[in-house]
Amino acid sequence: MGARRTDRDPIDISVSREDGRVVLTPIGDWVTDNLAQVDKRLRALEAQIGERSAVFDVRRLGRIDLAGAFVLGRTVRSCDRPHVHFEFIGEHSVAQKLMAEADANSEVCPSSHPPRTLLDIILTRSGRAVMHALHEGVETAAFFGQLLMTFGRVIMNPRRIRWNGIITVAEEAGVNALPIIALLAFFIGAVVAFLGANLLGRFGASLFTVDLVALAVLREFGVMMMALILAGRSNSAFTAHIGAMKMRQEIDAMQVLGMDTFEVLVLPRVIACIIMAPVLAFAATMAGLVGGGLVTWAVLDVSPSLFVARMQENVPLIHFWVGIAKAPVFALAISLIGCRQGLLVGGSVQSLGERTTASVVQALFTVIFIDAVFAMIYLELDW
Amino acid sequence: MNTLGQQNVIEVRGVTNAFGKHVVHQNLDLDVHRGEVLGLVGGSGTGKSVLMNTILGLRSPQGGTIEVLGHSTRSTQARRGLESRWGVLFQNGALFSSLTVKENVLLPLREHTNLSETLMSELADMKIMLAGLEAEAGAKKPSELSGGMLKRAALARALALDPEIVFLDEPTSGLDPISAAAFDELIADLQSTLDLTVFMITHDLDSLYAICDRIAVLADKRVEIVAPIEDVLLSEHPWIRSYFHGKRSRAAKGEGRLNNGG
Repeated sequence: MGARRTDRDPIDISVSREDGRVVLTPIGDWVTDNLAQVDKRLRALEAQIGERSAVFDVRRLGRIDLAGAFVLGRTVRSCDRPHVHFEFIGEHSVAQKLMAEADANSEVCPSSHPPRTLLDIILTRSGRAVMHALHEGVETAAFFGQLLMTFGRVIMNPRRIRWNGIITVAEEAGVNALPIIALLAFFIGAVVAFLGANLLGRFGASLFTVDLVALAVLREFGVMMMALILAGRSNSAFTAHIGAMKMRQEIDAMQVLGMDTFEVLVLPRVIACIIMAPVLAFAATMAGLVGGGLVTWAVLDVSPSLFVARMQENVPLIHFWVGIAKAPVFALAISLIGCRQGLLVGGSVQSLGERTTASVVQALFTVIFIDAVFAMIYLELDW
Repeated sequence: MNTLGQQNVIEVRGVTNAFGKHVVHQNLDLDVHRGEVLGLVGGSGTGKSVLMNTILGLRSPQGGTIEVLGHSTRSTQARRGLESRWGVLFQNGALFSSLTVKENVLLPLREHTNLSETLMSELADMKIMLAGLEAEAGAKKPSELSGGMLKRAALARALALDPEIVFLDEPTSGLDPISAAAFDELIADLQSTLDLTVFMITHDLDSLYAICDRIAVLADKRVEIVAPIEDVLLSEHPWIRSYFHGKRSRAAKGEGRLNNGG
């Protein structure tokens, strides 16, 4: 036995006619590696042979494997005659057996699906994506409804509130996220102040930087930073944690023990997030103001006391409430989506990854969407 | 060729494997003959998978030599060319999860042959059916398959290049007894039609009785015995006695062999 696939030996097929029958004589070693040489010729032969019967002369055939037997048999197979009885001249140790085996495992009729055009594919895909998005929206709303029902039931019987769970989540998703949220908000405040100082300075209105920083941080950036970190950090953690429990059948075990998964897993997370979100948003707002204040101090020489005084004078308190009021709504959406996606995880590791990705994407999308809705409402209210 | 006139396709000589101070194999010898089904058994932790990985060159032994089809598997360089002559069915299938079943089967064909796309596609379809799956299963992702279908799909990939040797790591584990028996039958069928040499790790006594020509028992850091099942049953080694003469083995014994040589 030499190395079978490294040396490509020439192989050939000769065709002759005897008494109206076609005699096919394969020559050489018909193994997978050599087949590329004869593939095209064999396809042409298929058409030539057509309805006539063919006989295989295997006396000059060397080695053959299943792939070789397949292409040889293919010349006489057609959709009308899917399984043929092969006739042979001469004896070969395995050719007959292998050709029968290849024949038994071949599907010759082309599949009934017509080839799809690019436009077809694009339309089906986008259609499917839209339907999927709508479906997800409806399902999330249904999930919210179920949560409200559970909340109603639990509030009637407050002893069933799982304070331990709430406090654990509040620590993990809230307190532990505080430093990163504050740090990011600090930087954002500083960036806004730099931009303002630079831009407003050209109009000789650099002092308005204080108003800009205060408005931007109070109304949008403080709470937005909180929401983004919550969506990226805690939401994915919820999905991964609940999803892992789902994979290990812990959720099934809970249900068998008569525990309500909503009450045990979803509600504590949602309540903890709603409680912690305003706190985090407040911290983010303060950090943003400090960042902006430091930059105005350094660049424009506006002292902290002047910064605070100007803020009190020019920026009404309503802007603070406008920002902070959004926090619980964001938290509700984020935690809801995280828990829902976690419960949707199937049995495989792959689905865990897919769901975690979906969870973060949906949460970020929802946060920005809700923010836009709030902006419109505030515009109408003239706040 | 050995003294009995059989050709060895795998020769393991004096292999030593150790993890730190824990020696798994010491001076281990094993021959696999062309065209046979060799079943490898052994208790947990005796290094069955370690031995298979060593033969496949996935792990370098601390000592000894291994030849598969006359080539050493020790380095990637020496192993080149062998990849298309063996097929491996890993314990959990190890199908590439991002590809469909058919793409999984096509992968070795694309990697090792210069055939046209149409022919490769036809061959892949045939291999999928050969492994006992419907042709439609080719379009599915591995995550959509049941345990039994997964093993069959993995077998189709292992057979993609018409290999001479097939390595099976616990092919029937995780299958129900009926699926396991069907899988045994499939392996026996394929082995006799395609003249395969099969190296099979198994815990399944039914498989051992039904399809294995010889059984190698790993015990005490070496291959304690390699022999047809009748002779293994006569062994006085305590582990072999309790394995083959325990309660669970009696049921399997009754069935006899499906495959009488290929």
